[in-house]
Amino acid sequence: MSFKIASSPHHHNRRSTASLMQLVAIACIPGIAVQAVFFGYGVLVQLVLAIATAWLAEAMILSLRHKAIRPRLMDHSALVTAVLLAVAIPPFAPWWLIVIGTAFAIIMVKQLYGGLGHNLFNPAMAAYVMLLISFPVQMTQWLPPLPLQSVTISPLDAICTIFTQFSCGGFSLSQMQLSVDGITLATPLDTLRTDLAQGLTLTESWQSPVYLSFAGSGWLWVNLAYLAGGLFLLQQKVITWRIPVAVLASLFVLTMLSWLASPDAFASPLFHLFSGGTMLAAFFIATDPVSASTTDRGRLWYGALIGLLIYLIRSFGGYPDAVAFAVLLANMCVPLIDYYTRPRTYGHKAKGATK
Amino acid sequence: MPSLFQQIQAGALWDFHGGVHPPTRKAVTSEKPIISMSLPERLYIPLRQHIGVAGQLLVEVGERVLKGQALTAADNSMTVPVHAPTSGMIIAITDHTSPHPSALPESVIVIEPDGLEEWREREPLNFATADTQTLLERIQDSGIAGMGGAGFPTHIKAGLHQPVDYLIINAVECEPYITADDALMQEAPTTIVKGIDILCKLLNPKAVLIGIEADKPIAAAGMRAACSQREHYYVREVPVKYPSGGEKQLIQLLTNKEVPAGRRPADIGIVMQNIGTAFAIAQAVLDDHPLISRIVTVTGETLQRPQNVQALIGTPVAALLDFCGYQVELEQKVIMGGPMMGFTLPDLAVPVVKTTNCILAPSHTELPNAGPELDCIRCSACADACPATLLPQQLLWYSKAKDHDKLKEYNLADCIECGACAYVCPSEIPLVQYYRIAKAEIREQQREALKAEQAKARFEARNARLEAEKQARLAKNQQLAAARQQSQQQNAGSNTVAAALERIKAKQQNATETAQRSHADIVAEREVKKQQARAYQAQQAAATHTDAESGAQSQSASQNLDATATDPRQAAVAAAIARAKARQQQHTTEPAQTAQSRASAPAVTDSQATQNHADKAPSQDDPRKAAVAAALARAKARKQQQGAEAEQNHAIENNAATAASREATADKAPSHDDPRKAAVAAALARAKARKQQQGAEAEQNSALDNNGEAAASSEAAADKAPSHDDPRKAAVAAALARAKARKQQQGAEAEQNSALDNNGEAAASSEAAADEAPSQDDPRKAAVAAALARAKARKQQAAADTRSASEHDENAQAELAKTKGDSA
Amino acid sequence: MTIITALIALGVLALLFGALLGYSAIRFKVESDPLVEQIDDILPQTQCGQCGYPGCRPYAEAIANGDDINKCPPGGDATIKKLSELMGVEAKPLNAAQEPAVKRVAFIREDECIGCTKCIQACPVDAIVGASKLMHTVLVDECTGCDLCVEPCPVDCIDMIPVPVTAERWKWDLQAIPVKVVE
Repeated sequence: MSFKIASSPHHHNRRSTASLMQLVAIACIPGIAVQAVFFGYGVLVQLVLAIATAWLAEAMILSLRHKAIRPRLMDHSALVTAVLLAVAIPPFAPWWLIVIGTAFAIIMVKQLYGGLGHNLFNPAMAAYVMLLISFPVQMTQWLPPLPLQSVTISPLDAICTIFTQFSCGGFSLSQMQLSVDGITLATPLDTLRTDLAQGLTLTESWQSPVYLSFAGSGWLWVNLAYLAGGLFLLQQKVITWRIPVAVLASLFVLTMLSWLASPDAFASPLFHLFSGGTMLAAFFIATDPVSASTTDRGRLWYGALIGLLIYLIRSFGGYPDAVAFAVLLANMCVPLIDYYTRPRTYGHKAKGATK
Repeated sequence: MPSLFQQIQAGALWDFHGGVHPPTRKAVTSEKPIISMSLPERLYIPLRQHIGVAGQLLVEVGERVLKGQALTAADNSMTVPVHAPTSGMIIAITDHTSPHPSALPESVIVIEPDGLEEWREREPLNFATADTQTLLERIQDSGIAGMGGAGFPTHIKAGLHQPVDYLIINAVECEPYITADDALMQEAPTTIVKGIDILCKLLNPKAVLIGIEADKPIAAAGMRAACSQREHYYVREVPVKYPSGGEKQLIQLLTNKEVPAGRRPADIGIVMQNIGTAFAIAQAVLDDHPLISRIVTVTGETLQRPQNVQALIGTPVAALLDFCGYQVELEQKVIMGGPMMGFTLPDLAVPVVKTTNCILAPSHTELPNAGPELDCIRCSACADACPATLLPQQLLWYSKAKDHDKLKEYNLADCIECGACAYVCPSEIPLVQYYRIAKAEIREQQREALKAEQAKARFEARNARLEAEKQARLAKNQQLAAARQQSQQQNAGSNTVAAALERIKAKQQNATETAQRSHADIVAEREVKKQQARAYQAQQAAATHTDAESGAQSQSASQNLDATATDPRQAAVAAAIARAKARQQQHTTEPAQTAQSRASAPAVTDSQATQNHADKAPSQDDPRKAAVAAALARAKARKQQQGAEAEQNHAIENNAATAASREATADKAPSHDDPRKAAVAAALARAKARKQQQGAEAEQNSALDNNGEAAASSEAAADKAPSHDDPRKAAVAAALARAKARKQQQGAEAEQNSALDNNGEAAASSEAAADEAPSQDDPRKAAVAAALARAKARKQQAAADTRSASEHDENAQAELAKTKGDSA
Repeated sequence: MTIITALIALGVLALLFGALLGYSAIRFKVESDPLVEQIDDILPQTQCGQCGYPGCRPYAEAIANGDDINKCPPGGDATIKKLSELMGVEAKPLNAAQEPAVKRVAFIREDECIGCTKCIQACPVDAIVGASKLMHTVLVDECTGCDLCVEPCPVDCIDMIPVPVTAERWKWDLQAIPVKVVE
């Protein structure tokens, strides 16, 4: 027998990449559940499709790259990408949309850049943007929250719709988009944008059923669920507080300023924080370690930059929600941010930071 | 705002960045008493157990040493001695696996204890009355070096001249498992405090801060009680966090100061000593008990009795583990040091040294082997854990890319290799290992760069020197030329023209000769090979011993020469020649010709013996004696040659070649002081002789043709020789002539008539060559004598050819026997 | 007419800027060609001649004149990398014929040395000491391992031996540690 030679430390905290990713996926569960309740079971079908595609694509590329497939599939990073993309797209979007999107995320954005840890951009968000630009119609077909829907949609209907674009009862997607009072309802952010464009003041716009009623606040509940998941991740020390706090704080401060300046033209800070994908972005997407900044101060800057971009695009840009664009743009700045926010090493003068 | 000192007095603690909380697993050993181990069978004491250089060895193998006796001497300030841990015999001083991650062999003194524990004489000091210098010397002579891990010589840190504000006693012991300091504090707090008193006397600090991790309440209470009489001693319990026991981290924890990069704590008025060191100092000063043992935590799940052991320095780890009931597991790790910074041992014979605080033999479930290294996901857990506030993942990136400039920019040098980053890494990347490799490479490159700079300077200095010498020589030559011109103008005549013409003629002849010879060579070589092949077949059976035998003979011969030669230089020459011979012989014997090597080996040895005499001759300034010696050598060689010829043609070649070279060397030696040149000339002569002989044997006709030319060329060579000042060249020429002559002779063996003619010619040509010589000094005369002798020898040889073969066999045998007698 | 105005204006501008350029070329002239110096600083100064030039400096000049940068085995990949950065050319692997060298130093078997001084003359960095007819020895610290002394030795008493690894120079090659097999 012989002795084993190893390098120190011989101790390890037994926390692996896989367990971190698993926790992230688990933390998504409340958000997904609320989404399913308010927007139908489509999201679950999308999840299944996305995860299957992600694993397939990952395994295929890994075998092409002559890498061991098992350990890398088991790190669950593909799973997290699939989950994030699945919850971001409309629940009743056609099946090929999520398949193309996930395959693009895994193959183009992640593996072609060298696999986990080497991708410059967040795969889920890059895929989302690609889909949004390529298939704008399908990507904006959000259904109104369930209680407002004119047509009741069963789980079977969800499957049918996703694969055939018609429910089992023969309703088309655009028919399903109609609300009880016969008006096509979009997401609150969308509605806001349209109303503002039509010259309505916000006070008038608030009257829309999208904003009122318990059911109408579906987006609020979804965001609250993701907030809970995010707090769980913080508690588990999977993520640090810096990025989410910076995102939310900068978004809050900016929207507060503009709302105070002109309450009729700008939505309230609370509206911004709890609509769209704000919480998902702050806790799950911006905190993706691979594409985020890695220094403590850098994370603050990175989060603040995302908040600023969300605010700018939502308030002045052409797209209703801005999370994906904001995250991608901030991803681009990461190397620069990292370079200029190097911490002061023990025993060195502070100049190291901005040298 | 209270001053820093006031804050410290008030018990303020600060924090350092990062840190991790690995499970400490200290309870296994911390509450057990320290047990002294029985004497092991052998003790292996490395000569160097500290940072610095090893001391001068004071003892030798077979000596009996007493307990505490110094084995090495501290002959400079960076040295501390090592001592005999017990009384016993030194049975070896040898290389042994070192207690270092590399496990490279290092010199150790191996002591076999005699069990008597007999102490040397001890003189305890009274530290209150002793002066600083005495105390420092005592600390150094007791072999005390930092016992926390680095092993920095303590007397240097204790003998600082800078003012010291804080003396920090490091009793944090933050590594999991280790409780050696804890146990020490529980058992001997008063001795430790006496040690601190001594350090205070040496350093005179404002305050003494004793840092103890909060998970050692008993030890902390014990220390508090022991310090209660001393006003400026403060016991501080620091929070449990790894690596709070790191020097820089503890300074930050206790004083909120940072040691500037690349500086020492002393530069900011802080000195840190390990608690074990303080104890050792007290023992050394008060009991004159040098550092010969230490407390080692022996722990891990594969041990039945994990505990703290008082172990002698030099105890092999195997003995220590066995003492604690070691049950070996397959593919097990045995770690010297803690789980975070310790290193695995390849071999349990590694001894305990002054810096060994823990031996850890964990089971597989306790400290599992690292999983496969995955890709970095840039999670920055490492950066959060880094106590030096580095960016480990960037460092990893640049380490992999070997970008040393970037590594320097990201302050790799400030990494303390604590392992916190690798501990938290979810991808299980062995970060520290990457940094260590990169650091070693950077160090190596710096060394190389320095060396390159020095080499360049030396190269340039050398070039400058050579240039200067060249200029000087040129100037001198010009002067000489001017002088010569003057004298020549006085006796100008047609002489010079004639000489020039002659030279040209000689040159032309030379040229044609070489061209023809080369063709002859090729043909000859082929023939020789054929013959060799035939001989090989014939004598394959007998081939086996030959190599060894002849090798052994020449070896013994050269040894013999070495022994008899009084002048080492001559011995060296002889040895060099012997080597050359041996090589040559081996070359010839490769085709395995028993008879030949039998004959030639004695020839070589014999002529070497003669050569030895010949070599000695020049020192007596008498060229005649040299000539006699040379003649003797030749005669002998010839005899052997004759014997050999009877047996085989190849033997002739070889013998002749050796004989020729022998002659050349012997002849020339008297005329020279420089044996090197002689060796060169000899080599030249040999080579030529061999070639020609081969040619001669192979095709007699062409050989005969060549004879004439050879003679001519020897003449030419001889002609040229006199025109030079250098007698050496003349000698070379003579040797050439001789070699030529021999070749002719061989031709003659085949066809006697023509051979006789040729012999005459050869002799004549040799004489011609030699004729020029007398016009010069004594050495020339020697050459003439040699040539004459040769000519005679040749004639005899020709006659001898007619004799029967059996006679020669006998001759050779007799010769062999004689040589054996000589070399014996 | 406008065309002429434009031409004149442009011409005047061109003259002005030309003059400015010409002036600054003289005013801010960079002294000599330090490239060879820079290259020479990068080369390891073993003076071994393995590049085919008689020393490091000649090779530096050759590189400055466009020779390949991968001819220096003692420098290895690190030198090639630095040269590629300096010269702005792509780093090539070391010339395949020249195997990357293990660090070696010359060692004279002293009892065999005949004191011929040939190696002393061959050593480019004066790292061999000794006098005629007296034994020579190599200053290990100064030896660059260039092999140049091996050839001239008439008695073949110079060996190139690998520099022994010490604990200080050990490069953390854990795989290379021989593990003792027990039982």
